[in-house]
Amino acid sequence: MAWETVIGLEVHAQLSTQSKIFSGSSIAYGAEPNTQANLVDLGMPGVLPVLNRKAVEMAIRLGLAIDATIAPRSIFARKNYFYPDLPKGYQISQFELPVVAQGHLDITLEKGESKRIGITRAHLEEDAGKSLHEDFDGQSGIDLNRAGTPLLEIVSEPDMRSAKEAVAYLKKLHALVRYLGVCDGNMQEGSFRCDANVSVRRPGEPFGTRAELKNLNSFRFIERAINYEVERQIELLESGGRVVQETRLYDPDRDETRSMRGKEDANDYRYFPDPDLLPLEISPAEIEAVRADMPELPELRKQRFMSVLGLSEYDADLLVQVRELADYFEAVAAGSGDAKLAANWVNGEVSNTLNARDLDMAQCPLSAEALVGLLTRIQDATISNKIARDVFAAMWAGEGSADAIIEQKGLKQITDTGAIEAMIDTIIANNPEQVAEYRAGKDKLFGFFVGQAMKASKGKANPAALNEMLKKKLEG
Amino acid sequence: MAITDSEVKKAAHLARLALADEQLEVYTRNLSSILALVDQLQAVDTTGVEPMAHPLDMAQRLREDVVTETNQRDRYQAMAPEVENGLYLVPKVIE
Repeated sequence: MAWETVIGLEVHAQLSTQSKIFSGSSIAYGAEPNTQANLVDLGMPGVLPVLNRKAVEMAIRLGLAIDATIAPRSIFARKNYFYPDLPKGYQISQFELPVVAQGHLDITLEKGESKRIGITRAHLEEDAGKSLHEDFDGQSGIDLNRAGTPLLEIVSEPDMRSAKEAVAYLKKLHALVRYLGVCDGNMQEGSFRCDANVSVRRPGEPFGTRAELKNLNSFRFIERAINYEVERQIELLESGGRVVQETRLYDPDRDETRSMRGKEDANDYRYFPDPDLLPLEISPAEIEAVRADMPELPELRKQRFMSVLGLSEYDADLLVQVRELADYFEAVAAGSGDAKLAANWVNGEVSNTLNARDLDMAQCPLSAEALVGLLTRIQDATISNKIARDVFAAMWAGEGSADAIIEQKGLKQITDTGAIEAMIDTIIANNPEQVAEYRAGKDKLFGFFVGQAMKASKGKANPAALNEMLKKKLEG
Repeated sequence: MAITDSEVKKAAHLARLALADEQLEVYTRNLSSILALVDQLQAVDTTGVEPMAHPLDMAQRLREDVVTETNQRDRYQAMAPEVENGLYLVPKVIE
């Protein structure tokens, strides 16, 4: 009988605030060690945490996007453990009453059907600092810049049944948090981190004992780590062993998971309400204010792009992955009045050029207006699509507007039938053999003449006018 | 409710408190009497009473998301037992 895999995921999303969750220190990435760690972050006696309004708003934002309940009253708790990068000896988190509860996210499976993944809760908490274990001869170096950075921990139900489903859920959540502007999603910098709870069972039986996988910092590693862990558990069970509940670390170099020993006591966190923080109360009016400020969510936007603008699902799906890209597309579509042309260019030249240079949308040197300027010249047949790509490259390189480049480089399409006719006459006169062969029935040679004409006109001949005239002339 | 010696030892370990063997008996007795008081409290019928998270009947005040702190690393590190390259040094925590 087959085994069934059961996966639940915990995602830590770093919130895109300016300051820390409980203090006025900056959370900018990459600062010199400990230059963004003040007395509150260092856990000095006598200091008090004060909650960041923006972090709360972002939690509400995510909660609304996953159709969850926003708790009218939630409680901060102390999670107690000792580690040098946690100076207070406890992490301020939420335990019994989280700010967000009972939401869901729908993922699309390989065959195209949709599956709903439950989200148990999302709670606010502070991040710990960083420990550096190398280079200090018997000592560890501690950098507390990250201590107190606001996190939203998003905990799913054990609803996923394969590594692929887990990755589909994570990608969807990753796109969503970026869309909402609550997290930059940078996995390399640790802004979006994932732990996976993995177990196996015979279908219909109760859940098996789970292992918690850590250190999963790319979608590829997550899939590989889960697949490795599932194989390990099945082999263990089939050879008469049993799975131990433990934390395992994924090693991407060896492609395996390893037990983190000596953590038996670690789960006794002795949570209790933090007396330094009063209950967080959120009124219906505050929730509505956040709702009014929400961007249109990717799924709805995709549907609108398809039904109202007539895009294909493929194009619409690509565009909504990144909010800035979708915004850009909408501006170009509105400006040019041709959504399909806009989608072709934004998903084509714009995205390809950004990807090739490893830039994101915010770094795109071409404004939507500038691209509209180019598309307008395709629409009014001033230039062909092919020439437009050259103009695009020149615009990207900062050589000016579409009109300026077309003018300066003399790229204006030849639509004058007299000029095209004269050019074709010359080509026919210079290639009598090919003309004879064509007239004898070798239709394929038509392409040869088109090529000659494009070469003669340096690509500027209007393709439609050229084809029509060429056909007429060749038929004699 | 009585607490056992081993529970006291575990609680002390989790709180990183050094507990000499001769202190164990005193702590076990004292903690047991505190827990007996808790037992009395738990006997009260609290049906319909919302658990109290904080003795003050107020809601948390929020601060605006503004960076207000400047870099004071040199002053803080002057108090630290040992620092190097801007890092606080502690005894090595992993093998």
